[in-house]
Amino acid sequence: MAEQTGMVEKRGLGLWLTHLGLIIGVAFIFFPIWLAFVASTVENQDIIRPPMPVWPGDQFMENYGRALTAGINAPVAVMLWNSLIMAMGIALGKIAISLLSAFAIVYFRFPGRQLFFWLIFLTLMLPVEVRIVPTYEVAANFGMLNSYQGLILPLVASATATFLFRQFFMTVPDELAEAARVDGARPMRFFFDILLPMSRTNIAALFVILFIYGWNQYLWPLLITTDPEMNTIVMGIKQMFPSGDDFAHWPTIMATSILAMIPPILVVIGMQKMFIRGLVESEK
Amino acid sequence: MEKRVTFKGLWLPLLLILPQIAVTVVFFFYPAGQAIWQSLFIPDPFGLSMQWVGLGNFEYLLSDPYYRTSFVTTAVFSILVTVVSMAVALYLAVLADRLIKGSGAYRTLLIWPYAVAPAVAGVLWLFMFNTRVGVVTWYLGQLGYDWNHVLNEEEAMGLVVVASAWGRISYNFLFFLAGLQAIPKSVIEAAAIDGAHFWTRFRTIVFPLLSPTTFFLLVVNIIYAFFETFGVIHTITSGGPQQATTILVYKVYSDGFVGQDLGSSAAQSVILLVIVSILTVVQFKYIERRVHY
Repeated sequence: MAEQTGMVEKRGLGLWLTHLGLIIGVAFIFFPIWLAFVASTVENQDIIRPPMPVWPGDQFMENYGRALTAGINAPVAVMLWNSLIMAMGIALGKIAISLLSAFAIVYFRFPGRQLFFWLIFLTLMLPVEVRIVPTYEVAANFGMLNSYQGLILPLVASATATFLFRQFFMTVPDELAEAARVDGARPMRFFFDILLPMSRTNIAALFVILFIYGWNQYLWPLLITTDPEMNTIVMGIKQMFPSGDDFAHWPTIMATSILAMIPPILVVIGMQKMFIRGLVESEK
Repeated sequence: MEKRVTFKGLWLPLLLILPQIAVTVVFFFYPAGQAIWQSLFIPDPFGLSMQWVGLGNFEYLLSDPYYRTSFVTTAVFSILVTVVSMAVALYLAVLADRLIKGSGAYRTLLIWPYAVAPAVAGVLWLFMFNTRVGVVTWYLGQLGYDWNHVLNEEEAMGLVVVASAWGRISYNFLFFLAGLQAIPKSVIEAAAIDGAHFWTRFRTIVFPLLSPTTFFLLVVNIIYAFFETFGVIHTITSGGPQQATTILVYKVYSDGFVGQDLGSSAAQSVILLVIVSILTVVQFKYIERRVHY
């Protein structure tokens, strides 16, 4: 397959046109990111007197340094840290509780098993966006405003992850559980020694998707964090725009935007194979 | 499908499933129930008591011109986002599929926007089209076009659509590319031998074989446009001008939190709940079919 040249592949002019078309597409995709990067390396004067330059300036260190240590409402380093905790908490939390519930549903017979399964399934139909006010009230009653628990816990249930692990556990040969039982291994021993190591690739694939899901949350942190020190970076950017007619400090805002993109982009690019696998699997 | 070999025990499995169920009940079902319950009441002006109005909130909503407009806005917005992002993604996937070498490099470059949060995408596009400092605005001005999405409703809609579709291209591209690569090359070559040109082959063979992917993406993109574009709208237009970009999800937020109209917001939540349920069922029906291929 690799070296075979089929008759419908283009050569010569057609090949160049294909590349040209793709390059135009890539340019369209990257143009906004490039402009944000340029804006994060120049002075505000260069931007507020349009048109802004198209090539990076020499203020990289100043702008990023100022954003990270001072920011506008809170240092961006603090917001990055909050986002990291939220994204890791959501991704690892979802994976942990979904592994356990899938294990219970697949490997045990207990009353209410079907009911629980359906309850988990139905959460698919209840995104935060449709239950905004009451969920906020619950979190407020628990005293979870401006806290990491408040950012993480209400988003940590996962029907998708539970299904994925359930599907995977179904394909694990029965002989393994049989052998474990004959050896007198307790269920949790089987879970930790056999099932968990076998689930490694699924866990990694899911992690990429869930990390990005957690990192990119906007509405929930917007409701739950009023203290700028608890803002996540993705929701904090909007808070950096002045209300009223003042000029925004674009270099700081754009440096923050770039900083907000870097961790999820690194995860996606660095774990590309896992990411694509996770994307396709979790939509099945 | 059931496992033949299972472990004995009652308390252990209950304990294992408890965390998930606890979160589900406390943060999903209880609030959803609250939304349904609250949608049947209106709070008095002092917030001290609730007055039962039955389906009054719904009747009021459905006769409210703003809410009806919001429905239309949501429909227009979702269709545009879905069509724009799928068309661009399909175009790029078809091109990438024609390459023997190098399609991996393009794929690596094209998946970037997936990682960019909708709210951040909103800020990037807002920056380009900002009425005072935006680069695109400035060049449009040089061409004699006065861009102002703060005042112009169509321009505001256009901008939130492009920003939302931009972030979605990666996802659609990956699924289209996978779909295209799954089509046997021999089928296409056979058509080529029969003298079918590229466009004919695409129209009569490739596109029909791609229809499961296309249908799946249609549903998923509509769900995305409905529920996950809040960040784009909040950062770029805040629903304006004149509510021209107030989609349903944005309206639940602005009526519930900004307007403090809890009965109406709860009723809107219930209507959205029904919409998500329908979309989820459609998605799963379709997936059931795919499993049986």
